[in-house]
Amino acid sequence: MDAMAMGNYGMYVWSCFGITLAVILISDVRARLRHKQVYREIEVRIKALEERK
Amino acid sequence: MKPRQQRMLAVGLAVLGVAIAAGLTLRAFEDNMMFFVDISDVIAGEYPEERNFRIGGLVVDGSVMRQEGALDMSFRITDMRCELGVEYTGVLPDLFREGQGVVAHGAMGDNGIFVADKILAKHDENYMAPEVAESLAKHVDEKTQTLREGTTECEQP
Amino acid sequence: MWKWFHKLASPPHFYRLAATLIPWLAVPGLMLIAYGAYAGLFVAPEDYQQGDAFRIIYVHVPSAYLSMMAYMFMAFGGAIGLIWRMKLAHAVGAAAAPIGAAFTFLALVTGSIWGRPMWGTWWEWGDPRLTSELILLFLYFGYMALRSSIDDTAKADKASAVLALVGVVNVVIVHYSVEWWSSLHQGQTLFKEGGPAMDASMLYPLLAMILGFTLVFGALLARRIRTEVLYRERRTRWVREMILSPEGGK
Repeated sequence: MDAMAMGNYGMYVWSCFGITLAVILISDVRARLRHKQVYREIEVRIKALEERK
Repeated sequence: MKPRQQRMLAVGLAVLGVAIAAGLTLRAFEDNMMFFVDISDVIAGEYPEERNFRIGGLVVDGSVMRQEGALDMSFRITDMRCELGVEYTGVLPDLFREGQGVVAHGAMGDNGIFVADKILAKHDENYMAPEVAESLAKHVDEKTQTLREGTTECEQP
Repeated sequence: MWKWFHKLASPPHFYRLAATLIPWLAVPGLMLIAYGAYAGLFVAPEDYQQGDAFRIIYVHVPSAYLSMMAYMFMAFGGAIGLIWRMKLAHAVGAAAAPIGAAFTFLALVTGSIWGRPMWGTWWEWGDPRLTSELILLFLYFGYMALRSSIDDTAKADKASAVLALVGVVNVVIVHYSVEWWSSLHQGQTLFKEGGPAMDASMLYPLLAMILGFTLVFGALLARRIRTEVLYRERRTRWVREMILSPEGGK
């Protein structure tokens, strides 16, 4: 427990590590979602064109 | 000149132009870019008189006086050349101690003492374990010798 | 050399290469971060002045370093794109912006949380280091807003590249602010004259974190460049063939 308390600075240290992890994860998830969305839009358009032929 | 080389020149000149413009602007506002005023400058009278400003320096060893049971306190601050008295009422940051770098925000009082309404602590760029710091204490002693002996170099106007 | 360069810059090649690259960047990056975070939080000794609060350095410094690094990707991408008319370079710049903004945000927030117990303040207006880093965040926002306000990709590339290049001067200011002017922020630790001003037991986890963050940044960047390339090439034959092929091209 002492190690977690960080000599009374626990709140500051842990919140910094937590926020950093969260922002990096959000950044990655957003990049994946955006890629999926762009891919899907192009796929729909190309397949529609293909069917018309 | 090929078009590509022309574009290269244009980009280079544009970046250079912006850099020069920024450099000149920053130079013109040099005094306002300073976060705090040095103690020597304050003693020499070079500080804004109409408004509050910040001073920065080291807390002189043994100069910290506290009012019993109150938040009132006073200490002396130095830039290793000149010293200035500071009065303050309020909470201090964890790092505040004698020999520590501090920044005080406030204004000069009539008696030549700086009346602070906010004290911030500075820490240096060195990181080490407490044991290492202890073994370096001799070195630190030399550094803070001036802090204990007081400074005489400074000429009061 | 040039042949290799042209092959790398060809969109279909880069699109596939980036996909293979991502795990090779992300996995070692995450391993380094896991080691660095563990050693930084539990193995490294406390600091003689700051106690355990100094451990914030292990997320603050890598974030601050990447906030500037990402900007240089944006600016160099813009410069190469403008001079050599290379679309892939513009795509790198556009992909770097949101990641750079995220790390700038992190540098500001972790710095603020560190400043509260140590300096005694969350934020000080007028401090050159703090202010120039905030301007860096606004430059990222401006860059992204400018891009999204122009529909034509080629025009957006040019306009945003010029903005990125103009803003480079601020990155220089962020870096040297603590040397040129008085600041609440302390000076350089890692690039100090005479070597890093830090015990080895504290330094190695920090170096691991910096390298780990850089690799993860590379993985995030590669992923975003892929999306940029795919969108820009959406009307080309190779994208059509890739999407209609049985294995697809996700």
